[in-house]
Amino acid sequence: MTSDTAQASALPHPDFASPAIVMRGVGKNYGNFQALRGVDLEVARGERIVICGPSGSGKSTLIRCINHLEQHDAGQIIVNDMEVGSELKQLQAIRAQVGMVFQSFNLFPHLSILENCILGPTWVRKLPRAEAEAKAMALLERVKIPDQANKRPGQLSGGQQQRVAIARALCMEPSVMLFDEPTSALDPEMVKEVLDVMLELASDGMTMLVVTHEMGFARQAADRVIFMDQGQILESAPPEQFFANPEHERTRTFLSQILH
Amino acid sequence: MSASAISSSARGAGLWRSLFGSRLNFALTVIFALLLAAILPIIVQWSIIDAAFFPAIPQTCETAAGACWSFIIAKHSQILFGIYPYDERWRPLIVCLLLLGLLIHSVRPTAWRPSLAAWWLVALTACWVLLGGGMFGLVEVTSDKWGGLPVTLILTVVAIGFGFPSGVLLALARRSDLPVIRLLATMFIEITRALPLLSILFIASIMLPLLVPEAFLPDKFWRALIALVLFASAYMAEVVRGGLQALPRGQYEAADALGLSYWQSRRLIILPQAVALVIPALTNTVIVMIKNTSLVLVVGLFDLISSGKAALADPEWRSPAVEVYLFITAIYFVLCFGFSRFADSLERRSKGSVR
Repeated sequence: MTSDTAQASALPHPDFASPAIVMRGVGKNYGNFQALRGVDLEVARGERIVICGPSGSGKSTLIRCINHLEQHDAGQIIVNDMEVGSELKQLQAIRAQVGMVFQSFNLFPHLSILENCILGPTWVRKLPRAEAEAKAMALLERVKIPDQANKRPGQLSGGQQQRVAIARALCMEPSVMLFDEPTSALDPEMVKEVLDVMLELASDGMTMLVVTHEMGFARQAADRVIFMDQGQILESAPPEQFFANPEHERTRTFLSQILH
Repeated sequence: MSASAISSSARGAGLWRSLFGSRLNFALTVIFALLLAAILPIIVQWSIIDAAFFPAIPQTCETAAGACWSFIIAKHSQILFGIYPYDERWRPLIVCLLLLGLLIHSVRPTAWRPSLAAWWLVALTACWVLLGGGMFGLVEVTSDKWGGLPVTLILTVVAIGFGFPSGVLLALARRSDLPVIRLLATMFIEITRALPLLSILFIASIMLPLLVPEAFLPDKFWRALIALVLFASAYMAEVVRGGLQALPRGQYEAADALGLSYWQSRRLIILPQAVALVIPALTNTVIVMIKNTSLVLVVGLFDLISSGKAALADPEWRSPAVEVYLFITAIYFVLCFGFSRFADSLERRSKGSVR
């Protein structure tokens, strides 16, 4: 595992002193609905950020703009010193450096677990197959499902699938990982196995943006918790402060609703 | 008891139940058994017992009360190869064997390598040279003398072999983000689908020469071929588009998020799943296209059916039309049913891979 991180940091990443992600005045509209209104956010390298907020507050849209799954219509997003936009080559370079884990796993059902994991490395990173497979097996080991490598995604439980999805993203040796409600589609007994993998990843120093309502994860792993409402960042604070002493009334209401 | 023994005895019990399980099933079984008992002897009597086989001359049929298979035996080469010059009929024979052999070879998953496409191109070129001649010391035979099974096979293979990939490209184009490409694809598909195949064939073979001097046009066979490819591609495009739209958006997003390019994502992620989803509908289109090739007879090409009809014109025989059409039907049935089985195996292969 330490060798993985060593390998990852050996990658020619841009400037380590610059922030991993910079967002300036980012806006996004769906017709008349303003999903994001002028969001400013700076994510330092190795920073772990949990984003929460009521449904429709723009938190998923925010992280989906970072790898351009949604196109922002105002402002500027810079990832690893590259601006996110429609320029294809640059966009693919950014996406190769930004891993994403979806709520509904989105594994490729026609490919085996191993093939899911080596697809990006072999086709995007042009790694030799043997090397990609070794790397994938090491990561499947790390998410504790090496024995399922030759099964199809449909044969795995939800929790296992999500762990594979995390391994698939990590196979690309990303410098940033985005998690879009990674545990929301899981049966309750499977949430922990996925969170455990994410906690381990956080302790290894991965830059993470996690949209989730798992406040336990936020307390344990986050450097900063962001509360979004109506397309804006309302509050941004370290977890101790965020949970003990939220500034805004709306944050308090939201927390009381989800913390029971 | 072994698992297979259990399942076979369970199947036996299931068969018994479905035949005699209820009063309705019992009644239906009895009625159909009686019908079969009434019809089967007549068919056997006509097609085998009273049928005329050898010697394959008109007199054999005149004395026989049943089917005149002598005609098929005597005329099989004319039915299969049309008016192709008699002494050169080994050429269409090789073409048929080549195409059928390659078709059978292509069915096996182990054969699916990029080289297979190259083999098909080589085989089709070889067919072209063999049928047309005029080179390598072969006597030239113009395409208006080609006929029968090789014509049907070439038209089918080319219409589907080229129509499917173009259909896939058209389907992708119709869902493209680029408005011009989307508009062109939509226009092509809608116009082609709105015209009957007959009228497209007429335009290609009769109207086109009125507008453009014949010298600048490929010959009639090519024009019909192109018309069939275009027609097939428009239909297949819509079938494939259905598959593209049925695929969850998450699959597109996951492919994008990995940094795959557009074509990598289509080839590795989207199309394998989208096409697998629409295999039944594609099979339907393919089978319709196999039979559509017979429409080329209206523009003066001799496919299997028209060469069968031509063979019937021999006044020495008493025109055993039923037997000839049964023969042709059997060939079409083998082609269509064979494809349907192939599609079935494809579908079973992809089961479990599509949610």
